[in-house]
Order: sequence, then structure tokens, then C-alpha cells
Amino acid sequence: MTTLPRALIAEDEPLLAAALQADLQRLWPELHIAATVGDGLSAVAQSLALRPDVCFLDIRMPGQTGLEAAQALAEDWPEDVAFPLLVFVTAYDQYALQAFDAHAVDYLVKPVDSTRLAACVARLQRRLGDRIVLSSGPAHATSTASTAGNTGALDNTLAQLRALLSAAHAPSATAPVPRLEVIQAAVGATVHMVPVATVLYFEAADKYVRVVTAEREHLIRLSLKELMPQLDPQQFWQVHRGLVVRATAISTAVRDESGKVLLSLRGRSERLTASRLYAHLFKGM
Amino acid sequence: MQPALITIDARPSTLQFLWRELRIGVPLCFAVAGFLSLVFRDPFGITLLYSLCIGLLIQAVIQGGRYAMVAVQRRLSTQADTAAGAWPGWHWMAPWIAVSVPLGYVAGMALADLLTHQNHTVHLIGGSSRTLAVIFIVSIALSASVTYFFYSRGRIASIEAAAEAARRAAAENQLKLLESQLEPHMLFNTLANLRVLIGLDAPRAQAMLDHLIAFLRATLQASRTGSHTLAEEFQRINDYLALMQVRMGPRLTVSLTLPDSLRALPVPTLLLQPLVENAILHGLEPKIEGGHIEITAQAEGPQLVLSVRDTGVGLKADRSTAGTGFGTTHVTERLRTLFGDQAELSLRPANDAQTGALAGVTAGTVACVRMPVRAPSAQPQPKASSAQANPRL
Repeated sequence: MTTLPRALIAEDEPLLAAALQADLQRLWPELHIAATVGDGLSAVAQSLALRPDVCFLDIRMPGQTGLEAAQALAEDWPEDVAFPLLVFVTAYDQYALQAFDAHAVDYLVKPVDSTRLAACVARLQRRLGDRIVLSSGPAHATSTASTAGNTGALDNTLAQLRALLSAAHAPSATAPVPRLEVIQAAVGATVHMVPVATVLYFEAADKYVRVVTAEREHLIRLSLKELMPQLDPQQFWQVHRGLVVRATAISTAVRDESGKVLLSLRGRSERLTASRLYAHLFKGM
Repeated sequence: MQPALITIDARPSTLQFLWRELRIGVPLCFAVAGFLSLVFRDPFGITLLYSLCIGLLIQAVIQGGRYAMVAVQRRLSTQADTAAGAWPGWHWMAPWIAVSVPLGYVAGMALADLLTHQNHTVHLIGGSSRTLAVIFIVSIALSASVTYFFYSRGRIASIEAAAEAARRAAAENQLKLLESQLEPHMLFNTLANLRVLIGLDAPRAQAMLDHLIAFLRATLQASRTGSHTLAEEFQRINDYLALMQVRMGPRLTVSLTLPDSLRALPVPTLLLQPLVENAILHGLEPKIEGGHIEITAQAEGPQLVLSVRDTGVGLKADRSTAGTGFGTTHVTERLRTLFGDQAELSLRPANDAQTGALAGVTAGTVACVRMPVRAPSAQPQPKASSAQANPRL
């Protein structure tokens, strides 16, 4: 039970990554740096593989931002492992800092001075300590207590991430983008004109988006991030970082024990999964 | 009388309006009354009453007509002629003054007669036509002078307002440029790296600080000096890229090619800087494996061709951080101001054979500036020599 805490550092600037590692080792000798990665995609892959207790995520990274990485972690994190404590690192981003302050999210501002890092370390140590107390209760109840402690912390993190993500999407909403009426999906020399009104859901697939209607599906060369602002958010709900579903096409939503929600659709046989981050959309009235 | 202050104060209060209208008219009436009572030994009070009634009525008629004419003109013409203010033009105003003065004079006198129970108006009209002519000519001259005074004040005010607006726009543009050049994210990340290097590798920290100082100095002076040599331009870009190389480590490789024959050519200060920044910010930084940036200068006949080529994510891929396009707009505008249509900036994907040879990839962007080669002698020499005397600040 007394395993040493482990951390992951995601920072694209090598000197800064090395310095953060050195400073952490000085201030928190028992912390083991499990990995240092230089981009947002590796941050998620390595975190899922190594399951650290703490992740330091730079906001501006190649691949995907620290915030997007945090979203991916929250959606894909295995339910039986405690969700890592997240600390965002940024050089300058007024909007992000305001959001962090507003939602009591841990963050560090570059250049990171020792006093602030020490305060951050103390806070992380306290929160990790709380976890251990929760999970080391009466021996027979260990696993349930651990799960309970984990879900509490995860719920808190999910609420924070939701707030951060909506804050991050807000600035782009100020420049209104015209709503898309027809999807033009090219197959060879043919372009299929797919009315948005017939689309049941959009699913991200690598660099493409799958456009699924009741009858068939198409691939378009566009990212979901580019497509989303052109859709009516009242009609199309994002239920996962890679999935946007027409709300009226959903017939039932069933929550499983891990917090995910299974969606059945009218007119399609496959089931879709809404992540924990968006499970709050599916509540009885 | 209201001068053409429309462009400055959109809607003055009634008090302000009256003050503007009366501040010249009323003292003038006092002066005329004083003069008349001195010359003809009439009682001052009565003379002043007549003077005020006549003077203010004349002014009311002139001004009323002027505003009416302006209103009609505004309705008829679609173009907003703000510089002219509330002024219909002398060709309308001169005849109007000539008509207004006798009209206002007689009406004002009749009003004063009514107030004082006297009968001067009848005497005036029935009197000698010579007296009448003298009175009207003097009144017209006075009215025209007062109108001219307001007209010129209004013109000066609207010219000042236009100049002020232009000054403000220029300052705003300057600030925006400075802000884009001293991008806080870049600055603080650079400082963070510097902070680390100080403890790790002091000589390298010093070298980095030298680059930062040279970069900051050039950026802050760029607004003040119009042009410098191409060699100096490359030196400043080298400063910036050296900073970026410390930050990005092995993810960024750089090559700068400047033929010796072009070193002394004058170019607008930091012309390429926004393009290099774009290549890094939107091309190479978002790319996980990083890439290469190549800056070249070459002469093609009478033209100087400067190109910034990167192997980054390409023009379309990075829409999320595409920004406002301020950098390229700024470069285009500068080129247009300096060279008209003899210079141009082009942006295109770098998927030609040259890039393939460069790094074996197909993505990337080329920003290319074409401008006329100008003889170095056409530019003042001191800048070039000071650059040589002090190559590393």
C-alpha cells in the first residue's frame, strides 16, 4: 500500500521539462517521475500505460493541448485505478488562468518559481494523503472505500474539466459560424450531398469524421473540432470527445457502473457510448 | 452660431449650444450699442436693446437657414462629408447672408419697437435709402465676418479631429504590431528557459540572453527606423530563431542563406519577422516531430525574392491556431505602402519538389516576398556601418 507516488511530465520544451523534473526531485524526493513526454498524444498514451498519481500537463503542446489530453484521460481512464491529480502548466494564457482560478484547478505559471512549486507540491501531497487514508480503512472494506474515494475525486475532476472545456470553447463562440445545411462527402469522383437534417451522429475517425445517417455512412476529411461550431448545439450533443449525436435520435440512455452511458438510437442497431464527462446530460427530468 | 464641431461633439447640451451660438453675437451687440451711443449720444440701454434684437435675429435667420440647408444637403447626398461639418458652402451662404441681414434687421427693429413702444422701423423704411444702404452694408459685413469666424473655427476643429483620429489609428496599429511581436507566450517561455539555463549552463544562458536583448532591441526600434540592410534583417531573424532553438531543442533546425552580393541591400525593418513567427507558431510548433525552417534571399532580375519555407503542418491543417492573420496582413500592407503594386507577398503549400528534397516530406508552407531591388546608395549609409561596428549587441 505504501508505493511511492509517481508522476508524468508533459512539456514540449526539453529544458523546461528537465528543470521541472529537477525541481520536483529536490522538493519531493520520494516522487518518482515515471515518464517525461513532449506532446499531447504521448501524454495520454503514457499516462494510460503507466498510470501515474500526478500529471503535469503543459497547455500548449504539439499533437493536442494539455486540456484536450486531460479530457482524453478523463474519458479513457480505467475505473479501478485512482484518477491522477492534474496540474496544468502554462506560460501565458489569460483565459486559461482565469478559468483555472475560477474552478480551483491546480496550475503552474512558467517560469515556475520554487515557492509556488513548493506550495503546489504540498497541496498534491495532502490530496494524495487523503486518498491513502480513504483507501486504507478497515481491511475488508478496502476495495469499496477505494472506489468511493476515487469516484469522489473523479467527480470533482470531471466537474472542473467540464467547466474548463466550456470556457475554452467560449471564445470561438463569439465569432458566429454559419450553420451547415448540407454535408458534401466525396467518394472518388462522386460527391454525395447529405442534408445535416438526416444525420444521426458524427464520429471522429483518425483525421476523418464518419457521418452516419439512418441508411448509410460517409467519410469527410474534416476534424470534429472544425465541424462542431457549424452544428446547432441544441440539436447535436457532444457525448464524447469523438462523438456528436443528434439528441432526438437517442431512444434510451443506460448508465453503467463506471459512469459511462450506453446510448441506443432510433433507426440504427449499434450502441454508442457517452463518456463520464458528458454523462450529466442524461438525467431523468 | 455653431461651428462645424459635429465630428467632435455629436450632441451638445442646450446650454453648450447656446454658449457656442451667443458667445460672439452678444458681445458684438454690446460693442455696436456702445459705439452707437458714443457717436450719436443715444441712451445706452435703449440702443443695446435694439442692437441685441437686431443682431440676434439676424444671427437666428442666418443660422436657421444654414442648418436647414445642411439638413437638405445631407438628405440629398449619400456621401457623408464629415470634414466640411455643418457648412453648406459659400455659394449658398453668401446670398443667404445678404437676404438674412435686411430681413433680420427689420424684424429685430420691429421687435425692439414693440418692446419700447417706439416707432423707429417706420422711420427707417420711410427714411433715406442711403442711410438704409449704409446700415445694411455695415450689418452684412459684420454678419459675414462673424459667419466666417465660425466657419474657419469649425474647419480647423474638424481637421484637428481628423488628424487626431489618424494619430490614434496609427498608435493603435503600432501597439498591435508590438503586441504581436512581443507575444507574451513566446516571451515568458523564453524567460523560463533562460531561468533554467542560468543554473545549468551559464555561458549558454549568456548567449541566449544576448539573442533576447538583440531581439527585443530590434523589435522596439522597428517602429522608429524605416529600413536596414538585409544582413541586419537576417541577423535579427537569427536572434529569434536562436531563441526558438533553445526552446524547441532538436525539434527545430534552421538554415539561413544570404548571398554576399545582397547583404547591403536595404529592406524594411523586420519585414520577415511576422512570416518567420508564423512558420514557427502555426507550422512547426504544432507538429509533434518539429521540422526545418529555411530562409533565403535571392535576386531575380530586378526583384529581390525573400522566402520563408517550413516543413510544418501546412496551411490548412492548423486552423485551430490560425489566429487573426495579423502577421501576413501587416506584411502585405507594409509592402503596398512602400512599393505599391511592385511588391507582393504570397503564401502557398510547400509540396513542390524542392521541399521534398529538403526534408523528405510533403507538408509545409512557403511565404514569399517579392520586392524591387533598390540600390543601397539610395539609403542613408550610417545604419549599415553601425550594424557592422556592432554586430552583436
